[in-house]
Amino acid sequence: MEQDILLSVRDLRVSFRLDKLSKQAAFEAVKGISFDIPLNTTVALVGESGSGKSVTALAILGLLPEENATVLPGSRILYGGRNLLELSRAHLRDLRGKDISMIFQEPMTSLNPVFTVGYQIAEVLRLHLGLSPRQAQARVLELLNEVGIPDPLAKSLAYPFQLSGGQQQRVMIAMAIACNPKLLIADEPTTALDVTIQKQILELLAALQDRHHMSVLFITHDLAVVGEIADQVVVMRAGEIREKGSNDQVFNQPRDIYTRALLQCRPSPEHRPQRLPVIEDFMQAGTLPPEPAERSRGLSGSEPVILEVRNLGKSFFSREGFFGQREFKAAHGVSFRLRRGKTLGLVGESGSGKTTVGLTLMRLHEATTGAALFEGRDLFAMPKHEFKAYKRRIQIVFQNPYASLNPRFTVGQILCEPLLIHGIGGSEAERMRLAHELLERVGLDEASYHKYPHEFSGGQRQRIAIARCLTMKPDILICDESVSALDVSVQAQVLNLLQDLQDEFSLSYIFISHDLAVVKYMSDEVMVMNQGEVVECANSDEIYLRPRHPYTQRLLNAIPKAGERIRGQINAD
Amino acid sequence: MLNTLSSTTPTSPGLWALAWRRLRSDRLAMLALAVVALFLVTLLLSATGLVAKNWDAEIGVNYAPPTFVGAQSAEERGVQDMNTAEALPPENPRDPLAAVIRQLRAERAVVVGSGGAAIDDYGIVDPLAGEIAEIRSGQGKDHAAAAIERRATLPFGADKWGHDIILKTIKGSETSIVVGLSAALLATVLGTLFGAVAGYYGQWLDDFFNWFYSVFTSIPYLLLILAVAAVLQQKGVLTIVLILGLTGWTGVFRLIRAEYIKHKSREYVLAADAIGASDMRRMFIHIFPNVSHVALVQLSILSVGFIKSEVILSFLGFGVPVGVASWGSMLNEAQNELILGKWWQLAAASVAMAVLVTAFSLFTDALRDALDPKLR
Repeated sequence: MEQDILLSVRDLRVSFRLDKLSKQAAFEAVKGISFDIPLNTTVALVGESGSGKSVTALAILGLLPEENATVLPGSRILYGGRNLLELSRAHLRDLRGKDISMIFQEPMTSLNPVFTVGYQIAEVLRLHLGLSPRQAQARVLELLNEVGIPDPLAKSLAYPFQLSGGQQQRVMIAMAIACNPKLLIADEPTTALDVTIQKQILELLAALQDRHHMSVLFITHDLAVVGEIADQVVVMRAGEIREKGSNDQVFNQPRDIYTRALLQCRPSPEHRPQRLPVIEDFMQAGTLPPEPAERSRGLSGSEPVILEVRNLGKSFFSREGFFGQREFKAAHGVSFRLRRGKTLGLVGESGSGKTTVGLTLMRLHEATTGAALFEGRDLFAMPKHEFKAYKRRIQIVFQNPYASLNPRFTVGQILCEPLLIHGIGGSEAERMRLAHELLERVGLDEASYHKYPHEFSGGQRQRIAIARCLTMKPDILICDESVSALDVSVQAQVLNLLQDLQDEFSLSYIFISHDLAVVKYMSDEVMVMNQGEVVECANSDEIYLRPRHPYTQRLLNAIPKAGERIRGQINAD
Repeated sequence: MLNTLSSTTPTSPGLWALAWRRLRSDRLAMLALAVVALFLVTLLLSATGLVAKNWDAEIGVNYAPPTFVGAQSAEERGVQDMNTAEALPPENPRDPLAAVIRQLRAERAVVVGSGGAAIDDYGIVDPLAGEIAEIRSGQGKDHAAAAIERRATLPFGADKWGHDIILKTIKGSETSIVVGLSAALLATVLGTLFGAVAGYYGQWLDDFFNWFYSVFTSIPYLLLILAVAAVLQQKGVLTIVLILGLTGWTGVFRLIRAEYIKHKSREYVLAADAIGASDMRRMFIHIFPNVSHVALVQLSILSVGFIKSEVILSFLGFGVPVGVASWGSMLNEAQNELILGKWWQLAAASVAMAVLVTAFSLFTDALRDALDPKLR
């Protein structure tokens, strides 16, 4: 390409010492990568967790933790004729925020909660540009306006917690572009946001990049997001670059097998294969596996109903004044039927009440109104001790596999505990045998039995959580964002496992997720929730092809589609 | 062979094993642990009577100085030996009462002398006289023998009665450490129990315990201790343990309560609820192991504090009864001796306590680092 290079990374190698005390060999997180960021371009750095993408970004900014990270000799990061790795701290600080700035994944934790957002943006301006308070104030309003925050004057006096997640990220962006940087590094800037907000932020970034003629290094795990915004794509895996090229080339003619695998193993709204391909399939075979057959989904209406929920409502009360109470309706008027062996998808953005529905069904908190009929009994009305027997029948897999397993229990203890509580399997030996059986079923080896959860990866932990539910042979499994915290390739494995289990035991799933593509893949019927209410409920193909409610339409439009670029649209506007 | 063995035997260090591994690589912590262990071993030996059994034998002259200071004469020591004849203070010639005193002394000598004779004068034949005389002479011999054995100096000096300071310190450690540890254990158990119940159940139980906590903490600590001491009436090791334990649980309570509030809504506890685990099971089998490091560190911190508290209580006279050696009573005695320049009892008790407390504190710090949940 003909553009000038703004920043180039050459042979970057970063190693980490894992444990300060042990004299273990250092772990090399980045193994000699080289790439360029041309002027006025968006470069996307894509990879799964552990690929070294964030480490690369931190190395550019000189923000690597000094106590355990080392940049190995021979590495160079060239910017304006200087090697950033050799600059003094003072020089680097001058560069940071002014020439190169960064936005982070979690806007809430990146903003200081005790200062107003206006003050925090003005601070950058005063430090780097030496503006007077009055000038800074005027510029703050300009910036807030530019990043699309309504009523900038009022919002500049607001504290971070008074803003929504999307607005917080906009404030972060305003702060990052305050000094007209030449390079903006965005580290997973939309991962913590809802799809509709994500789309807005991506559009904003694209527009700003264009207007300010800056370069953007966009770091993400989600190839689909990249497709909308990047000019060039760099795919990383385990500290190495697997592929780099233009957006077009990477998405339409991926050369590397890993890139192809990444593109394939994410469920797409268009296809629904019997099983999702997983990365190992590609890496081992070295070629594309044969296209699997499509799976048909949907309800015929004749399947037996296993759970019927009528008018479920859950309110939370907060104290107001001495005697007053304020009611917050997390969910209300939710009614649905779950059929045996089928999956009900529950989609919505954060705060839509979808998790509340899941937890209330398990009576992990008590319903305010409504009834849940299971085999003719109302689960909400029966006394607690009677409900204990029904807990066996309905189980839940939580979102975060790092939090849902007790860190002080071995896997064996985790699996045997429900058996013990419910008196399944008479003897210790019998329970152990059952646990081993289940471990094998979810694809973990026998040695796992004596290990602790922290010795497993996220995907493996989620398998353990699923195995724990299966010990009780439930009829209904509630999956509350169960794959959202996992990498794309691991997500595919867990989805395949869930799919196999459903085929084998004809389980009924309530599949809760914010990811419409995943829900579409898994569900027979989809229920869309917004602000505690069900706005639409229909067969899954129906809802994706012919959404009726405007909110559903908005959600569907926001799904990032690889190859369909926002940039082109904006340039055309 | 070894390879196959190690691959089949599941070796998964638990979190405690990992913490121990981290602790072991910390040299200072290991040194501190060794010191604490040394104290505990000495304590055990003393409790079983293998060491310092005869700590109250009067083997030295009164206030015998440490050997490295050197022997002192009776005048230097500022006391008269019990064996020497009653030495009277020299007369002050300018004393206006000198004549009166002299007369009184003379009268007393007469009374004593004639008293002894008077009995004989009654003419009563005492059948036991022989025996008594024998016993008296025997006593005299014993006394003489003891006097011969009493040493002018001891390695670390002696107290007012001539007890060996080093043995007394060892015996005293028994009281001090036992009081410190068991009071800390009592306080930690109470605090953990209250904290778990208040934090887990919340609502009115939490309100109740918080009210209870506020009442306890609003009373000045020393006053509270003195009040409990007054209620319990009798002095003794058990009393001190109760006093310290019953008043010291508040800090543990707050920390454990906060941990329970934090943990009860964690997903692993929800998951336990989902599989049907009872409240008790969730509280003590699921949550407790995850907050136990807090309790352990508190236990350790409290032990240090209570060893010091026992000393303070004994110093104030609310501690162990007279006749029981403890570092606190040693310090209490030392306050009178210090005026006379007898510093060795003070030094022995202070050094023993300071070394133990320092070692224990260092070990506690290292323990907290090793159990740091961030490193999980």
